[in-house]
Amino acid sequence: MPEKQLINRGNVATSVGFGEGLLQAGEANPLIVALGADITASVKVSPFAEKFPRRFYSLGIAEQNCVGVAAGLALSGKIPVFATYSAFASMRTLDQIRVSVCFNNLHIVIGGAHAGISVGPDGATHQALEDIAVMRVLPNMTVISPCDATQTRLVTIAALNELKGPVYIRYGREPMPDFTDETTPFETGKGQLLKDGTDVTIIATGHLVWEALEAAYALEKEDIHARVINIHTIKPIDQDIIIQAAKETGAIVTAEEHQICGGFGSAVAEVVAKNYAVPIEFIGMNDCFGESGQPSELMEKYGMTAIHIMLAVKKVLTSGNKVIEWNI
Amino acid sequence: MTKTSSVKDLQQLARSIRINVVHMIAEAGSGHTGGSLGLADIFASLYFNVLNHEPKNPQWSERDRLILSIGHVAPVLYATLAEAGYFAKDELLSLRKLNSRLQGHPARDHGLPGLELSAGSLGQGLSVAVGMALCAKADKKNWHVYSIHGDGELQEGSIWEAAMSAAHYKLNNITAIVDRNNCQIDGKTSRVMELEPLREKWKAFGWDVFECDGHSYTDIIKTCEDAKQSVFRPTVIIARTKMGRGVKSIEDDFRWHGKAPSKEEAEDFIKQLSA
Repeated sequence: MPEKQLINRGNVATSVGFGEGLLQAGEANPLIVALGADITASVKVSPFAEKFPRRFYSLGIAEQNCVGVAAGLALSGKIPVFATYSAFASMRTLDQIRVSVCFNNLHIVIGGAHAGISVGPDGATHQALEDIAVMRVLPNMTVISPCDATQTRLVTIAALNELKGPVYIRYGREPMPDFTDETTPFETGKGQLLKDGTDVTIIATGHLVWEALEAAYALEKEDIHARVINIHTIKPIDQDIIIQAAKETGAIVTAEEHQICGGFGSAVAEVVAKNYAVPIEFIGMNDCFGESGQPSELMEKYGMTAIHIMLAVKKVLTSGNKVIEWNI
Repeated sequence: MTKTSSVKDLQQLARSIRINVVHMIAEAGSGHTGGSLGLADIFASLYFNVLNHEPKNPQWSERDRLILSIGHVAPVLYATLAEAGYFAKDELLSLRKLNSRLQGHPARDHGLPGLELSAGSLGQGLSVAVGMALCAKADKKNWHVYSIHGDGELQEGSIWEAAMSAAHYKLNNITAIVDRNNCQIDGKTSRVMELEPLREKWKAFGWDVFECDGHSYTDIIKTCEDAKQSVFRPTVIIARTKMGRGVKSIEDDFRWHGKAPSKEEAEDFIKQLSA
């Protein structure tokens, strides 16, 4: 665990980390190829495509075909990367991902760009808020939601070089705090304890990890000691770190830039409910579509900021017995 | 493996494949009889003449790839693979049973040798074939990709996304074979959703289009050879077939798309096939 407080080195979009990671992995491994569905620059595949034009296939606005072609390339020994906006990467293509990719258990990295409501002015159609739920239900799929640009770079390299089978990586467009460093090395499937605490645990993913840290530091001033855990690998999820948090702190708040229903909070709740039931509050989209607006305005309006996390912490701490007493 | 051009041999092989298809589906109590029987001549021609493959070495890197996009006709693929020696024919009767390697639709994770793709959701196989063909081009490999499609399957939009991309990349190493039996579950394709002018559609998408009699071994083989000569374009063979071919009493009857024969019907079918 980092002994010092993590600081924001400056805002960088997680998409930048994806682009850097893809390029870096591609330089080392000639088997890596990338597919484009017309928005190559926007989803940060361009640096790879420009450096390795013969390993980049432009397939036009035809996402279902992109996934099938990726499956064919993987079956023939390549390691394909297909990135587009996460709304389309995960949902337009769902049947192809389910059958051609997951059922065949192929090592393909799917990049879900522009994830979350923080994509902003484009509005609801382009704000993927269901992709975690949809991807995590698929057998064989690994689902990763890194918390900042630095981590996204490490995740992308690991997904290409170390993981087997299908991997979905979710990343965003809006520049967000870049704060992970050498004290928080990335290990697939392992949650990260970013701040210790004994009263409650905030378990967050993606962009909301920084908000969770801000909330926890602010709560210290009110004498509430919140633990903060970053779960980047949503599937397979690190059960141990969640169970330990439930046992040691007795209450949990989950935070994600995604629908509460079926998403990351649900994944945490599955672990908690089965192993050590404690009260949980969920921060995320409450079963509705987004709308146009500036990212910060939208995060505020839909309740996904540090302040909202603080309120959820107070609510969960006053929700009665922290540890449910079972009456048998 | 050794190839045969003998019509008599191929006829015998196709008959054996058909008889096994009937046995398998009857034993399973469910399955797709019509299309499996209708494709038997094409499968016999492919696996005993057209394809370069090694049944004893299914992962041979230089093999031609055959993608069965219409996973529901798995019985004809399984019967042909067994006929070619990929596994023992005894196993055919385990079709659709618990723990069988012969799943209702092809499933690689169950370990049956000779399967290139787990498939069953229509409209996906051509994209996979494109990916394989791109890889062969990139790696300068000479193996050819064959993908088998139903005519009804061509109603899926993703087929045409794939078709566009194959032409864009000049993938002359793909040959798509369309099982043009004019039948689908709800009825005749012309009534359910018109596909014509089919030849012109493929042509407009940049493919070289061939047609053949899907029950003539010499025509199938000759057309596959012609298709392989294409220099710049992917090729499609529209193979005119009859659903249920070989069993006169059910030929061209769309109601047999997804129906299994009873034990008595199976006996009758096999009698007709053996005649």
